[in-house]
Amino acid sequence: MRRDPPWFRSLIGLSGVLLIVWLVLPLVPLLVWSFARGWRFPSILPNQWSLQAWDYAFSARSGVLESLGITVFVALVATALSILVGVPAGRALGLYKFRGKGLVELLILAPVIVPGIAVALGLHAVFINLGLTNTVTGVILVHLIPTLPYMTLVMAGIFANYDPAYEQQARSLGASALQTFWYVTLPAILPGIIVGGLFAFLVSWSQYVLTLLIGGGRVITLPLLLFTFATSGRNDITGAVGIIYILPGLLILLFTARHLSGTSAAVGGFGKI
Amino acid sequence: MTRVLLTDLTKTYPGAKTPSLDRLTLDIASGELTALLGPSGCGKTTTMKMIAGLLEPSSGDITFDGRSILQDRPEDRGVVMVFQNYLLFPYMSVADNVGFGLRMRKVPRDQIAARVAGMLALVHLPDLGHRRPADLSGGQQQRVALARALIVQPKVLLLDEPLSNLDAHLRIEMRDLIRGIQKDLGITTIFVTHDQEEAVVLADRVALILDGRLRQYDAPDAFYRRPADREVAVFFGGRNLIAGNAKGGTFDSPLGPLTLPAGLREGPGTLTFRPEAVRIGPGAQNTLTARVADRLYLGTQTRLRLAVGAAAIEAVLSPDLVDGIAPGDTITVNLPPSSLWVMP
Repeated sequence: MRRDPPWFRSLIGLSGVLLIVWLVLPLVPLLVWSFARGWRFPSILPNQWSLQAWDYAFSARSGVLESLGITVFVALVATALSILVGVPAGRALGLYKFRGKGLVELLILAPVIVPGIAVALGLHAVFINLGLTNTVTGVILVHLIPTLPYMTLVMAGIFANYDPAYEQQARSLGASALQTFWYVTLPAILPGIIVGGLFAFLVSWSQYVLTLLIGGGRVITLPLLLFTFATSGRNDITGAVGIIYILPGLLILLFTARHLSGTSAAVGGFGKI
Repeated sequence: MTRVLLTDLTKTYPGAKTPSLDRLTLDIASGELTALLGPSGCGKTTTMKMIAGLLEPSSGDITFDGRSILQDRPEDRGVVMVFQNYLLFPYMSVADNVGFGLRMRKVPRDQIAARVAGMLALVHLPDLGHRRPADLSGGQQQRVALARALIVQPKVLLLDEPLSNLDAHLRIEMRDLIRGIQKDLGITTIFVTHDQEEAVVLADRVALILDGRLRQYDAPDAFYRRPADREVAVFFGGRNLIAGNAKGGTFDSPLGPLTLPAGLREGPGTLTFRPEAVRIGPGAQNTLTARVADRLYLGTQTRLRLAVGAAAIEAVLSPDLVDGIAPGDTITVNLPPSSLWVMP
């Protein structure tokens, strides 16, 4: 392997450090706030420390835990549905040529291009008629609008590099259709399902407008709750809930780093710096 | 031991005007090694996929020992197809690849391990079970693919271009391996190839398919000595094609009257003989006087282009027989009647 000159390697190291600082620095005040009791300009650090905000965040009174449960449930179901629809759709787009394929691709991409609020306003009327507004089911369904394109496009990319003749080979060797999927297709496309699924999970996790419109304030996911705290001026509680809200994203980023970058360890991306 | 019978097998792909395969009827004897030979796109791989159940015929029937298998699912047919690019599962070890078919049949693990070891020994790869397919050479990959197919003891084995991806010396090794195992196990085997040499060195019988239709189904040497028609002769490298008329055991053509062996067709036709059949010097019959137009050294043999009257013929001879013969010379050659053949 070619060795980079030392100055080049230190440049890479420096940009790595800058990147981390840029990503992590905004989170520091959040963390400090969550333990602060009164923190006013021009103090560098809070006058007093306290676990009050965390205590409140984990109490039944705040509704944070209940909201966390709903958010996880919505994101998990939306991800599962995205996988269920996105894998076959991605296969069709990645493997086959058919009339109107360009149009189908455009329609799948459309929700990413068109602002979510425009889609949601249109859907709102339909969902009222179907009795889906203000329900968790409705929120899950509306989350599919932004999650499905990601899942489908990731899978289309995976299937574009996939040779379906392996499936014929497996059938010919005596595998049933189900065995063929389990032993041949699934191992080949699993990295795509993992990456696409994590994307879908995060996209659902961070939905605000769609949840607000379809959930009608009855289905309170974590971002909605966070926004309530943030606008009420309780910086300490906002900090604590914000940390809770950010955690899954950070964990998923660490976990997917190896699938995205191709290094072996889950934290390989950091270890290399 | 399985006799395979294809009856009027036809495949027309959706949107195509002409069938890719047109009413193919082929009776393949049990335990025989048969080549489906033809240029690319002639319908031979289509035929294989229909036998394997990976493609549905438009019409016609396929029977194994008299029973139609068209309603059977691919995994229930007892047919294994080995693809041209081997298609070893990349994320499985060589041993897991070979054992795949048994695992799908829910054979106990210890039995699978024993049979995999035996199968790898049969294809001369005893110590490679733990390797990944990507670490193997092309020839080794093909032997793994063969072992993976044979381990499930198929009734019918299908091979797609089995020798075409291999180097010259590996081809001979692989040919001997395939023929040896096939004869030992007695599995009815069909392979497709576009290479007439591959077909004749490997097969017991060759089915030549041109433009989706079966032209000749015969032992390999028949394609050289008794081709069914002009196109078949040309496909097998036939160079001497002389139009004329056969009547009463004599063929009249620009070469002059030639004595034919008994039992050939009468009437207008095309005379053919192998360039190797031409003899130098006068013979008991069919002696011709020829002018040497051109000579070409081919290594083990020398090719002469000869002008006989207004006609031209080609002779391929051992180099020591043509010593001292130069272009422009006039020589005497003869065509033994037994080497002559008349086509429509």
